[in-house]
Amino acid sequence: MARKTRTIKVDYLARVEGEGAFKVVVRDGAVQSAELSIFEPPRFFEAFMRGRAFSEAPDITARICGICPVAYQMSSVHAMEDALGITVGGPLRELRRLLYCGEWIESHVLHVYMLHAPDFLGYAGAIDMARDHGEIVKKGLALKKAGNDIVNLVGGREIHPINVRVGGFYRIPGKRELADLGETLKSVRDIAVDTVKLVAGFDFPDRSRDYTFVALRHPDEYPFNEGRVVSNRGLDIRVADYDRHFEEVHVARSTALQSRLHGGSYLVGPLARYSLNFDRLAPAAREAARDAGLGTTCTNPFQSIIVRSVEVLHAIDEALRIIETFEQPDRPSVDVVPRAGIGHAATEAPRGLLYHRYRLEEDGSIAEARIVPPTSQNQPSIEEDLRDYVGGWLDLDDEALQHRCEQTVRNYDPCISCSTHFLKLERIEETSG
Amino acid sequence: MAKASRPRLAVWKFASCDGCQLSLLDCEDELLAVADAIDIAYFMEATRGRISGRYDLSLVEGSITTPHDAERIRDIRRISDVVITIGACATSGGIQALRNFADVREYTSIVYARPDYISTLATSTAIADHIRVEFELRGCPINKRQLLEVVSAYLAGRKPVTPAHSVCVECKLRGTVCVMVAHGTPCLGPVTHAGCGALCPSYNRGCYGCFGPMETPNAPALSQHLAELGMEDRAIARLYSTFNADAEPFREERERHGP
Ligand code: SF4
Ligand code: SF4
Repeated sequence: MARKTRTIKVDYLARVEGEGAFKVVVRDGAVQSAELSIFEPPRFFEAFMRGRAFSEAPDITARICGICPVAYQMSSVHAMEDALGITVGGPLRELRRLLYCGEWIESHVLHVYMLHAPDFLGYAGAIDMARDHGEIVKKGLALKKAGNDIVNLVGGREIHPINVRVGGFYRIPGKRELADLGETLKSVRDIAVDTVKLVAGFDFPDRSRDYTFVALRHPDEYPFNEGRVVSNRGLDIRVADYDRHFEEVHVARSTALQSRLHGGSYLVGPLARYSLNFDRLAPAAREAARDAGLGTTCTNPFQSIIVRSVEVLHAIDEALRIIETFEQPDRPSVDVVPRAGIGHAATEAPRGLLYHRYRLEEDGSIAEARIVPPTSQNQPSIEEDLRDYVGGWLDLDDEALQHRCEQTVRNYDPCISCSTHFLKLERIEETSG
Repeated sequence: MAKASRPRLAVWKFASCDGCQLSLLDCEDELLAVADAIDIAYFMEATRGRISGRYDLSLVEGSITTPHDAERIRDIRRISDVVITIGACATSGGIQALRNFADVREYTSIVYARPDYISTLATSTAIADHIRVEFELRGCPINKRQLLEVVSAYLAGRKPVTPAHSVCVECKLRGTVCVMVAHGTPCLGPVTHAGCGALCPSYNRGCYGCFGPMETPNAPALSQHLAELGMEDRAIARLYSTFNADAEPFREERERHGP
């Protein structure tokens, strides 16, 4: 048996959040296996949460990820409120949605302009890209900043906001502050519309798969904080039943756990959310999607950049709606009394469904914590994409192939810090006979 | 300025949440000007690139938690003229340093089905425990204004202006009413290092110490006051035991009050 072995190494996957590697094995021109490994050092959140007070969860879990701390804060406060039997409605609920809009805008625009667009336009990163496309990058930065302005005002600061608590907030932003924020959002709305047009014009590899999409679905809103967990294959469950349908598996090559739905892979995030909730998008976002040539579902992960841009426009319109109709609440938070209980919550982080479950002791201290981030749910899907898509690219030279593989991973905007960045591609080509 | 003479910057990541390095990308108004003045030569969160040559300035985020990382930080020291650590993880071990008070094998088996797949150290430690560092910037996360100040100062060869007083003093400077005096809200402001501009009190909340201890804090006196406000020992221990739990003055207070 003659063996032809070709090894390509990318020492560290750029423009993702965290450290990861992948390996693709090709034999007789067919892809044998594709594995994504995560080397991010484990930080043991679920372990050291034990014994902490329920009220500490939003600040502690925020530190899992500096890119989407609001998502962790939202899933944790909702899960705690579920355990404690309280509901937060009215203006406080609206303010939570507003804060989430800010994180979606900031996180999506970071990915669209700084991490993903350089792949399509052929640059190493946004700073290189700015040399030839200065205006585009500047507009992207202005849009991103508007998202951060929301998080700044409602949350207190962009990274690890300090204003979120179980039961509501510490301080409610004033009318004047909200009105000013509204003006800022109006001033960048055109950029959001143009962003959808810009990215729709990129050249997309013609790749798609028959994904199992999983996202929240709410009776009348595009999902942020609440809803049932649904799929395009008939799943429709309460968040409390999550554990009956999904399980986490620990594979040797990762410090992140991988999730399975009924034993199979599935996909969370913008493609899933969009495809399961197109009818809930703001009218302008729907129209922008249609003009960009998207259907009511999208199964090409390379086009996730268009979907993210559509969601940015949606988030701006939703934020403006909230600001315009906002009524100051009497109090910044509702009363919370500790008790024993179990609470579940899932919210839509920019990268997809983020599930938290806590068991509390009578004094409100945490007996058990479980957190399932979006990237660990998407990991099997990323591997399947590599397995399926790489086969069609084997005629590319090493550098081009490596770049395509990286792009395939970056489609997911993987946040490896969340799932517990270093990417290594080894192409082993084996020919028998 | 000619391209070749621009100083070279590298950004390195260890165990962390990526939030501190993201602060650089969050400088939306300044980012392109910064990129003109310095060559952002290695910054994997933002751009593809390879490690090559020497760096005038290395920013290091995250703590040391694996044997491999303990080696890697030494390599980074060798190829860097100036090393600045950014954030609580890098300057005190971060929230993941809570393992330093526990049995890491037990932690591993709580989180992972196959603890044997995991390679980790029993402790999470600050970068300065492993190598010499020129400057430590505090915060979980760091304040981006302070980051810009520190980078500009080092590149200009001057000392950065980053006040060493407490959050308490920052409250007085901005005219925020003391939350402890006015509302009896427990606050770590009197012992916490300045840098955030007394953010939490301006949102009607007590400081939880994310910038870590100031130099020579009087933590026992504060704890006494917290107890008078009705806080139990366990709650006091928890308050010191978050994002800078293993910074010495906070660790000592934790030990005086907690298990
Ligand atoms: S110090 Fe805080 S914000 Fe910075 S990397 Fe560590 S956890 Fe993240
Ligand atoms: S007031 Fe304290 S906890 Fe709040 S941001 Fe400042 S240092 Fe951090």
